[in-house]
Amino acid sequence: MIQPVRVVVWLVEGTWQGCLDEAAQILPPDAQVALLHVTPSDVSEITEAATAGLLGRASRAHRPTGHFEDVADDEASEILRTAATRLGRESTELVHRRGRVEREVVGAVAEGVDLLVVARDGDRSRLGPHSLGHATRFVVDHAPCPVLLVWPDEAPGIESIPPPPAHHTPHRPHREGP
Amino acid sequence: MRFQALTQADQILRAYYLSTVSSPIAETLAVMLLVATLACAVARPRGWPEAVFAVPAAVLLLLLGVLPLSQAGAELTSLAPTIGFLAAVLVLADMCDRYGLFEAAGTWMATGSRGRPIALLALVFVVASIVTAVLGLDATVLLLTPIVLTTVARLRLRAKPHAYACTHLANSASLLLPVSNLTNLLAFRASGLSFARFGVIMALPWLAAIIVEWVVLRRSFATDLVGRSEVKVTTPLRIPVFASVVVALTLVGFFVASLLHVNPAFAALGGAVILAVPALVRRRAQVRDIGFALDVPFLAFVLALGLVVKGVSLHGLGPLVVHLVPNGTSLGSLLLAAVVAAVLANLINNLPAVLLLLPAAAVAGPGVVLAVLIGVNAGPNLTYVGSLATLLWRRVLRQRGEELPTSEFLRLGVVTVPPVLLASTVALWVSLRLVG
Repeated sequence: MIQPVRVVVWLVEGTWQGCLDEAAQILPPDAQVALLHVTPSDVSEITEAATAGLLGRASRAHRPTGHFEDVADDEASEILRTAATRLGRESTELVHRRGRVEREVVGAVAEGVDLLVVARDGDRSRLGPHSLGHATRFVVDHAPCPVLLVWPDEAPGIESIPPPPAHHTPHRPHREGP
Repeated sequence: MRFQALTQADQILRAYYLSTVSSPIAETLAVMLLVATLACAVARPRGWPEAVFAVPAAVLLLLLGVLPLSQAGAELTSLAPTIGFLAAVLVLADMCDRYGLFEAAGTWMATGSRGRPIALLALVFVVASIVTAVLGLDATVLLLTPIVLTTVARLRLRAKPHAYACTHLANSASLLLPVSNLTNLLAFRASGLSFARFGVIMALPWLAAIIVEWVVLRRSFATDLVGRSEVKVTTPLRIPVFASVVVALTLVGFFVASLLHVNPAFAALGGAVILAVPALVRRRAQVRDIGFALDVPFLAFVLALGLVVKGVSLHGLGPLVVHLVPNGTSLGSLLLAAVVAAVLANLINNLPAVLLLLPAAAVAGPGVVLAVLIGVNAGPNLTYVGSLATLLWRRVLRQRGEELPTSEFLRLGVVTVPPVLLASTVALWVSLRLVG
């Protein structure tokens, strides 16, 4: 008997709807889908660093981001629930993690996953030039399974890529022929 | 006349520094106590307030005779009005929070952005720059940032660019007014400038810093400023009119007081009292809340740190610093002053850095004082706590079993701090030529 394909769809604020719709179109109907969201821990670290920089104010500075983490967790659960409804498939698994985003995603697909669906980040009005944020870049580089990179919107036309730079520039992306 | 007298006094001070035969033992003791004070302030053994370590350090310097009583007395007398000003601003900011001014700002940003992350970032820039300038960087870091973060989370957008906007602007947008940063209050005292003149000269450097931060953050986080929030903002926008009017009047009061040659600290005090009394009467706040906002341990810490740094200045570093701080208002001198200040702020934290540099900078004139200020205010975006402290702070995090911060904020600091220093210092140079 053939096992159904196990797929993880990584949902991120700003791109998750498109990512999910794309996955729904592509995935076989019997695929075992898990929706993954990671609440970033480094946002708190940024603000805690800034608070630590305020030398001498420790008595007033009680973890200013505690509330943010609670709200972010609530919203993450809400995103996952909404996404499951939007996908409309039975027995969709919801996975909510918190931590260093890129590490958590790679950790979540470390074993027994046949495909990870990821949305590109960045400007939607053109193709490129840099469409992967730091976390997405890391995930694409480090995922131990096949990765499907999707457009969260309809992709713009090929004419949105600027013409190649003049010949003397050092970063020539392509060279025709041998 | 007053200016001449000041200059003469400073020349005597300079001569005194340069002629002091630094006793190696006194110097070593003073430096060791400063390092210990800073180390304890960051690591905070047993979670005690920083003053618990700083005050005994200052007392020890006095007892050992490293810091003569007369010098300590003079330093305390000269710091006292600044501490009073600081206390009034702390209460003012806390009251604004209690009246719901920051909550209202959060709702305004959420509604005004209409779910677009770039528009939201722009509004965060506007609010954080104004809050930092008027109510000080403490207000931005401790009171505004949590609101910004929950606002972004509720809109289901990515929070990181906005978190960096708040923490960066708390430092680099704190250039405008004497009240924007404790370092400014200290420099204000040393510069001999009036409140209004300070604000007028620093307007361009302040704008330059904000524009550079915008360009760099907008570019660095282009991949995160994506999508559009579909969350409807249901919280009605309730602007606390009374608190807003009082803050606006306080701001006007700063300028009017300075034109009338009255200490602008009284305007801050007035604003704080006008907000605090109705809050107390209507039980929006209790007396102990005001005591908490006053943050006596912090005020004591600043005084004690002032004394410890004075001890260090008197013996070893004072004369050294006089050589480090350039004397002149050419663009080169201003840039050098800003860079020296930024480096020192990143070595030992900006508060002791400014205390160390100010006596020498004051001798060189208000232009150099303001350049030093650009360095100590914008510089900390590189390491926030200063590298000495960063090392300790990382150890503390590790002990608590928390993850170490990524190198991301260092990378972002490397791309923002040098252009901010350059742009703001050039703007200062232009400003000094226009109005100086």
